Amino acid sequence: MSKSKISINQLKLWYGESQALHGIDLGIAEKKITSFIGPSGCGKSTLLRCLNRMNDHISSCRIEGNVLMDDIDIYDPSVDVVQLRSHVGMVFQKPNPFPKSIYENVAYAPRIHGIASKGAEMDELVENVLKKASLWNEVKDKLHEPGTALSGGQQQRLCIARTIAVKPEVILMDEPCSALDPIASAKIEELMDELKKEYTIIIVTHSMQQAARVSDFTAFFYMGNLIEFGNTGDIFTKPKQQQTEDYITGRFG
Amino acid sequence: MNISDAAFYFFITALPIAAVVGFLVRAKVQNAFNDTHWRSLPVHYAFYVGLFIVLPGAITFFFASALHLLTLYTADGFYVLVIAVLLSVLGSIYSLKNVRPTLCARESVERIIRYFLVVAALISILTTIGIVLAIVFEAIHFFKIVSLWEFLTGTHWAPDDATEGNTTGMFGSIPIFAGTFMITIIAMCVAVPVGILSAVYMSEYASERVRNIAKPALEILAGIPTVVYGFFAAITVSPLVVEFAEVVGLHADYTNALTPGLVMGIMIIPFISSLSDDVIRAVPRSLRDASLALGTTNSETIIKIVLPTALPGIIAACLLGVSRALGETMIVVMAAGLRPNLTWNPLEGMTTVTVRIVDALTGDQAFNSPETLSAFGLGLVLLVITLMLNFISIYVTRRFRSQYE
Amino acid sequence: MNKIVSTKALKRRYRKEKIFKGAAVFALLLAASFLVFFFSNMIGKGMSAFSQAEILVDVHYNEASVKSYRKAVDKPYRKIVSRGWLRTLPLYMEDNPEVMRTTRQEWVLATADVDQYLKGYTNRLKDKHKQQIDKLQEEGRVKLAFNTGFFTRGDSKMAELAGIKSAVIGSILVLLVTLAIALPIGVMTAIYLEEFAPDNRITQLVEVNINNLAAIPSILFGLLGLAIFINFFGVPRSSALVGGLTLALMTLPVIIITTRAALRAVPSSIREAAYGLGASRWQAVFHHVLPLAFPGILTGTIIGLAQAMGETAPLLVIGMMAYIPDAPTSFTDAATVLPAQIFTWAGESIRAYEERTAAAILVLVTILLSMNAFAIWLRKRFETRW
Repeated sequence: MSKSKISINQLKLWYGESQALHGIDLGIAEKKITSFIGPSGCGKSTLLRCLNRMNDHISSCRIEGNVLMDDIDIYDPSVDVVQLRSHVGMVFQKPNPFPKSIYENVAYAPRIHGIASKGAEMDELVENVLKKASLWNEVKDKLHEPGTALSGGQQQRLCIARTIAVKPEVILMDEPCSALDPIASAKIEELMDELKKEYTIIIVTHSMQQAARVSDFTAFFYMGNLIEFGNTGDIFTKPKQQQTEDYITGRFG
Repeated sequence: MNISDAAFYFFITALPIAAVVGFLVRAKVQNAFNDTHWRSLPVHYAFYVGLFIVLPGAITFFFASALHLLTLYTADGFYVLVIAVLLSVLGSIYSLKNVRPTLCARESVERIIRYFLVVAALISILTTIGIVLAIVFEAIHFFKIVSLWEFLTGTHWAPDDATEGNTTGMFGSIPIFAGTFMITIIAMCVAVPVGILSAVYMSEYASERVRNIAKPALEILAGIPTVVYGFFAAITVSPLVVEFAEVVGLHADYTNALTPGLVMGIMIIPFISSLSDDVIRAVPRSLRDASLALGTTNSETIIKIVLPTALPGIIAACLLGVSRALGETMIVVMAAGLRPNLTWNPLEGMTTVTVRIVDALTGDQAFNSPETLSAFGLGLVLLVITLMLNFISIYVTRRFRSQYE
Repeated sequence: MNKIVSTKALKRRYRKEKIFKGAAVFALLLAASFLVFFFSNMIGKGMSAFSQAEILVDVHYNEASVKSYRKAVDKPYRKIVSRGWLRTLPLYMEDNPEVMRTTRQEWVLATADVDQYLKGYTNRLKDKHKQQIDKLQEEGRVKLAFNTGFFTRGDSKMAELAGIKSAVIGSILVLLVTLAIALPIGVMTAIYLEEFAPDNRITQLVEVNINNLAAIPSILFGLLGLAIFINFFGVPRSSALVGGLTLALMTLPVIIITTRAALRAVPSSIREAAYGLGASRWQAVFHHVLPLAFPGILTGTIIGLAQAMGETAPLLVIGMMAYIPDAPTSFTDAATVLPAQIFTWAGESIRAYEERTAAAILVLVTILLSMNAFAIWLRKRFETRW
């Protein structure tokens, strides 16, 4: 296994009284795709949101244990959550472009972070990013039309473009294809394969085929516990745990 | 006997009769109910007969009083009563003969009730039309005496000096509208920032507990009657403003434009904050998450994403606030003064459209005097402005809704 | 390797965040502090009106005082005992002959100036009377007692006698008229629009109309009342009837809008269930939808009435600010309402009226807030989540 980008140690999480994660230990490999699978409510999305501290916005949420990114605990008081998120981007379940133009959608975050500011510099950045998200050819003539006017698949690629414009190291994807048709999903999967050269990607998915197709490593969660983690090939061909086998063969879930 | 007495006698006897007959009919149908197949339930037949007893008379009285009120013809109440009774008796005979199993009593009753509903709905239209007509009609009288051009462009307003024959130069409304807009602008300078920022705090930062206290507290501001704000402005705020002006070396009149403006602004805060709060909360959570996940601070997300998205709704809220401020009466009547005054200095007394309307209508002037009629001229302009603002805000809100709902 | 730790640029952004959040907190605090300031101001001004100066004097009930009421008290007290109260004595003696030819020591109403002097406010009391009051106070013959007269008397030109009774009764009469007209018409309109109306141009017109009606400034309703009800239909000016009619038209949109919302909140599955059992449209509405929407309708009605009760501007235009010392006894008598009473008192120059104005405001605001609180409680209590 290559070097761990993120390592999760004994992570426990509560929403009010109910415990959603029961001591998770997991290492995420750098520049690989790791997929989180498991039945609904197993805590996979919750864990994903812990990795860029999106749970901070839920007041009843409480966390124990630690998450190290490049050996720094991201829950350490000295860590700045805003800065953290510019290194750990996130793509959501439903495409959610801002009600602004395509150009502005991409330029929004770089402008705030001061990555690029002047006109030509920004134009170049937007073009590069849209090319990386393989969206450039489709939108280059309508950069100033609203992002909400694109098709679902294009919107989701725009959201990915928007995320990589900040130059993150890790991209979290929360069921990025669940609202898309198979063709649009295939394009996103292709894109992910392309992106893993530069970024560490973690994807939560309901589709086991998708996990099997795109990811290098797979973690299976059940009832807030990590049941099994390993090479995707191993998990899907010779799972060690009975529960994993039951799930991937469709006996529950 | 006048018509209203006759109507009173009619209803006081017809209603109990209808009730009694209704009960008898119900009992009769109930008895025969199991023998034959009746189209409707016994109670429907009872209502059917009851309506046929009361309605013919009621309609008679309606027409008689309409004729009377429109001063077309005034019938003697006694004859109207006779006709009403006669028609109601005919109605009851007709309906009683009709009570048989094949009669669709329920359908008939429901149709009649439906007409009632339509009439009720029409009253709301009639009210608006009534307001428009009443004001337009009297305003036309006014503009026959004073030319519209002079009214809109004149800078001198002195209705007390005007007499039946001589009105030239006495009804220039510019100083009045200047006062109205000055006070409205001051009010909006208070209400818009405070209202929007309060809404932002309540919807974006406050915990559920703070929100549950702050929101009703702001709504208390909206529940305070305007006459109370007026008293507060005149007795408490006005001296404060005068004192404060003295401290900074300025002179302020006791009835200045600043006082009612400030107090009106406070009054309008809850309108803007509660409407803005609603639209800000209607901005999907996913947009905020997307922005925050890009590594932005809360304020950056609010200023760059949330507020622009909610902007149409916020604009609509502000427009409603403006129309409130323009039409607000009691605060300005009690604190703004009566003197038409064309000035840029908010520390001087200014007057407003609503103040002049009240002043013109509470004097001892005859109803047809130019001063009284001027109230309707001013009212017409106020009405037109308000309706325009309302249409714009409806349009803007609709565009916002179609985007996010 | 502390790239996810704060940087200088980020500190600047956080400063902006703090400023923005601070501004938002400040705005809310500003509104809240105004509320506190307003209520403490009104309570500070108005509470003193709930007590009233009384003096213990000998009252002579005899023929001489029937003829000249001033003779009912001994000369030194004539300037400090309320003349308005003395004036009521002859009538009192006529009604209660058993008191004749007696002299009783009684607590009687003092003049407004004595009252203000005792409360430490500015007054026009002469120095010799001030000394007299001071002396009486030492003897325990002057006191500030609870001001029952404020609730049991009507308006008066003498501040110490002025009360809110006739205004309160006027308000009740006006609200009765408003309720009797606005509630049935409003609810019927809402039922029609929500349950029966076809979706056509006319319906849309009615809807736009209602929306407009809600936005029209209240004073224009006064112009309508004046031009149509008074001048055209000949309803008596200043009467509770014309006030109620005018306010009913103002309350109508509130009731229609809230009733429609309440009807809309009843899920269509309830209607469909009723249709499925063979109910007609009307039966579905009357037996199932209306009962479920009832709390919502009631809430809207109370809020609408509270609004109507606090309204003043249109009532000024239709003449409901007249001086009404005696409570109206019918809907066509000249009447005044509580807010209009506040307005007329606020215009009085005598200091003693100012505290009464504030006291009347306290009464009015208390009533309105409890109406609103009741409406909110009702909504919470019967709120159903479908």
